[in-house]
Amino acid sequence: MSMLGPGERPPAGHSTTAVAAAPSPGEEGAAPPLAPAPSAAEERRRARRSRRYRLDVKWSPYAFVMPFFVFFLAFGLFPLLYTGWASLHRVELTAPTDMEWVGLRNFSRLLEDEFFWNALRNTVTIGLISTVPQLLMALGIAHLLNYRLRGSMFFRVAALTPYATSVAAATLVFVLLFGRDYGMINWTLGLAGFDNVDWQNGEWTSQLAVSTIVIWRWTGYNALIYLAAMQSIPNDLYESAALDGASRRQQFIHVTVPSLRPTILFTCVVSTIGATQLFGEPLLFNGSAGATGGADHQFQTLGLYLYEQGWVNLHLGRASAIAWAMFLILLVIGAVNWLLARRLSKSA
Amino acid sequence: MFSARRAGRRLHGGRITHAVLIVFTAGSLFPLVWTAIAASRNSSRLARTPPPFWFGGNLLGNLEIAWTDANMGTALLNTTIVAGSVATGTVVFSTLAGFAFAKLRFRFKNLLLLLVIGTMMVPPQLSVVPLYMLIAELSWTDQLQSVVLPTLVSAFGVFFMRQYLIEALPTELIEAARVDGANSWRVVWHVVFPAARPAMAVLGMLTFVMAWNDFFWPIIALTQNGNPTVQVALTGLGRGYIPDQSVIMAGALLGTLPLLIAFVVFGKHIVGGIMQGAVKG
Repeated sequence: MSMLGPGERPPAGHSTTAVAAAPSPGEEGAAPPLAPAPSAAEERRRARRSRRYRLDVKWSPYAFVMPFFVFFLAFGLFPLLYTGWASLHRVELTAPTDMEWVGLRNFSRLLEDEFFWNALRNTVTIGLISTVPQLLMALGIAHLLNYRLRGSMFFRVAALTPYATSVAAATLVFVLLFGRDYGMINWTLGLAGFDNVDWQNGEWTSQLAVSTIVIWRWTGYNALIYLAAMQSIPNDLYESAALDGASRRQQFIHVTVPSLRPTILFTCVVSTIGATQLFGEPLLFNGSAGATGGADHQFQTLGLYLYEQGWVNLHLGRASAIAWAMFLILLVIGAVNWLLARRLSKSA
Repeated sequence: MFSARRAGRRLHGGRITHAVLIVFTAGSLFPLVWTAIAASRNSSRLARTPPPFWFGGNLLGNLEIAWTDANMGTALLNTTIVAGSVATGTVVFSTLAGFAFAKLRFRFKNLLLLLVIGTMMVPPQLSVVPLYMLIAELSWTDQLQSVVLPTLVSAFGVFFMRQYLIEALPTELIEAARVDGANSWRVVWHVVFPAARPAMAVLGMLTFVMAWNDFFWPIIALTQNGNPTVQVALTGLGRGYIPDQSVIMAGALLGTLPLLIAFVVFGKHIVGGIMQGAVKG
């Protein structure tokens, strides 16, 4: 901050007008009485300057926030509302401008659509088996990273590398690792005496495999978020706990975890939102078979079902209805989270 | 036990701590290392047990096939352009808006800030259908601007910069510049940008990684054979246009390598940025 001292600033804004109006910048307040009788031109210039100043102060904040809101209106809010509008129509991808009003039929069809319910179920189960272990592991890893360690920065960076890997690259590797006949995971299980598992076609096994990819990519990221929160827990809490004879384990359970409650809630919300939108992993885990999420749709998620309806079956109207259904589900989850958080903070 | 621990309660990690962390690190790195191993073999070796554990001699050949057949050269260039523009746009626009929300007074400020925060909760799925219609109408399919423009600003970025600037930018500094006759744009250029530089670097890196790995929208807006980003080209590889598994892995390696190199170089700063964002957010 100190680098920005007076030296860095130019002595005066607009070299001509500013210098003329404020000959001694240090004595702004005393300047008017010093000026003998300001000429009319001087007066006009000063008035213009102060008017410009007031306009600047008044309007520049809007100019600063405008780019965000222009792009947000064009590519965020307008599409959001238009999705709602499109969900009330029959729209085909091949002719997106021909819209035929159908009212709520897209939604009522969703309610009877077994693939929609299947996708919703899969989204919930995959979400649970990916989020819960992920956050628990992240908490444990963060606790370990919080010790003084030789090479702690190496461990942190290494934990974050999966985050740098794209969904596509990660899924392609895991497809090979989870291969039925020659995959490394089955080979390792074989060493322990297990038969080959069909990770792609089994219902539970495929969901587990898809979840593994999610867990692999995000555990380290969440661990760093927990670690940051752990490092801001005040020392005295631990010291007094130690004075009371609490073991390290008890300190973790009775000091660390309660202090992390807001952060844990934050990661729960973020992970839930991420899980609801799961798309790339189930798409690519299916290899060349397309957007069905397995032969029996056994790992098709809502995000993937939306894509299949819109860009494989070409029903944009139905895809819009799925999008809004997802949004409503997210709102419900958000409300539940909020209620839970309130309960928790009251009981604390 | 706890006495004389001025520097903090942080005890030294024991052997078990190290052992667990080494196992975890191995698990984090193994799929990446194995990508490189598989990329250096050929598909018939990959269709045999036990799977290969060490490098073979086909790496360059596979990289070459992936480069030409899967359009990886174009894809890498496209992704660099996309991620670079998105990161630049997000950083500049977020700093401007974050500054306004942190330090300036204007009507509807709180309402607008609430709107910014609210948009963070809206999933991208909600806008793909109209966005697709829009780019189809403008004949922008397969054009990079169809990927860049919708992600050029970020609510998270605005919020992140606001939180940073509230503390890092002393209001007196702005006032001093104003007294010196600087207008708002000069204040931004000479006071805000220099003060925000560390956070701008962090936001730029995080945005670049996110834009590089973006998947859902590019796959809808771009086609594999037209003008793909890396992620779109990889999808084409995975869908078996080129059936050779080791070539697929070579493609995955090519798509990941630039970010991995960045992680080796800037890893410390990226880790610091994520941890900082976590505490502030």
